[in-house]
Amino acid sequence: MKMRDVAIVSFAQTHHERATRELNEVEMLMPILSEALAGAGIGKDRVDFVCSGSSDYLAGQPFSFVVTLDAFGPWPPISESHVDMDGAWAVYEAWVKMQLGKVDVALIYAYGKSSPGDIRRVLSRQLDPYYLGPLWVDSVALAALQARAGLDAGAFSVEDMARVAAASRHNAMSNPYAQLSGEVDVADLLAEADFVAPLHKHDCAPVTDGAAVVVLAAGGAARELCDRPAWIRGIDHRIEPHALGARDLTTSVSTRLAAEHAGLGAKPVDVAELHAPFTHQELILRRALGLDEDVSVNPSGGALCANPVMAAGLIRMGEAARRISSGKADRAVAHATSGPCLQQNLLCVLEGD
Amino acid sequence: MAEEILEAPNVVEYPFSRTTGPVVGAFLTALREGFVVGIKAADGSVIVPPVEYDPFTAEALTEIVEVADAGEVVSWAWVAEPLADQPLDRPFAWALIKLDGADTPMVHAVDTGGDPAGISTGSRVVARWRPPKPAGSDEPGPGLAEDPNPPRAYREGHILDIECFVPEAS
Repeated sequence: MKMRDVAIVSFAQTHHERATRELNEVEMLMPILSEALAGAGIGKDRVDFVCSGSSDYLAGQPFSFVVTLDAFGPWPPISESHVDMDGAWAVYEAWVKMQLGKVDVALIYAYGKSSPGDIRRVLSRQLDPYYLGPLWVDSVALAALQARAGLDAGAFSVEDMARVAAASRHNAMSNPYAQLSGEVDVADLLAEADFVAPLHKHDCAPVTDGAAVVVLAAGGAARELCDRPAWIRGIDHRIEPHALGARDLTTSVSTRLAAEHAGLGAKPVDVAELHAPFTHQELILRRALGLDEDVSVNPSGGALCANPVMAAGLIRMGEAARRISSGKADRAVAHATSGPCLQQNLLCVLEGD
Repeated sequence: MAEEILEAPNVVEYPFSRTTGPVVGAFLTALREGFVVGIKAADGSVIVPPVEYDPFTAEALTEIVEVADAGEVVSWAWVAEPLADQPLDRPFAWALIKLDGADTPMVHAVDTGGDPAGISTGSRVVARWRPPKPAGSDEPGPGLAEDPNPPRAYREGHILDIECFVPEAS
């Protein structure tokens, strides 16, 4: 089947912060919804489909995403959907819907305010309710078990991990939206106290409030709305077993599979935006994707410098697309993850023409 | 003057009870009786805790097998500051523990008396069981109490029937 060409034509994100207590989710989203529409030079009347990604567990109330729809304004009635996933998966849903031919322009938004709760405990609620959930084993602890497994296997060292943190913060110095940035010394990072050993604080993404918006357009509409659309040439997501012990945590089989199915290996990429909330996960992803040394990895600073849960994967797509639309890159890969220890992985290959 | 930001507590509850079925139920029932079971996967390996479907072929699994309540630490993480509701309220380790007879590790807490030197990859640990429930005890079962995380005095078919693991006496 000939796939319909779909591109990212606009992207906007919030200035990510530790806590935006003075803004609710609707207030957080409204400015960047306007910005993303303006970036495509359209009003909301051109949007055929709206799809969002968020988690009620963060807001602490069921169907909170329905309330947040007020940010877009669902009147007159709109065609709309939601995923309890990172917004990258909302892009996937919209991309599938656009293949059916009825939708030419789709708007995707995602948001997460982690500040009202304890994100480590909140994320423990995504675990199975029999074996892991009742232990309240948290997201950092599970990542620490994964990191130790990788260190023991010789897949990477604590120095490698600290270098990822330092490089991310260096890159984020050119990203005005990042929460963390700056020049840091690897030796200084390693001298800091353990957090959940073997992880240091610098190995973990910060706790962030933030949101992002992407506009997708198909075929001629994409060319109309953007001088250089970032065409989605491949998009695929794969899931590993939820039984943690059944997985090899030192590698990422699902990332490798998604990359194969998204056609990543057909040509080299200039940029990779990887959604790695922990330093060792970036190392696992780089290896699973077989990225060459000269690929620019996380020029935005990545999730280690701003991690609005549910939006951090969508931001990877936006950041990768932005570099294509600006002419800085010709081919890029964006990655999003979900679940404990990189359980689920989505890859999106983007190209300019 | 800065505007006052109003705050209100928001207690989230999910007061569901579930039927655990023949696989998860077998595991929880065994815990109540003081032993551990896993399940034989399509390739013959033993998965602990048991899963209902093969992680790789997706076929339904049925063959429950008993494994030991002691085994080897495959990976571990040191928790200097436990979070609320975690199994121990003093420094402890999370570990991936491969029980003897199992081919996959399970996650549980390890109590080394607060000493991180008490655990290492490859070290041996054994379950510290809660006592069986005495006949006539009216201790509330899981999901019945007002407190979503009631203190568990006795074994009652719950992952915390194993209070935690401890280093095996050498």
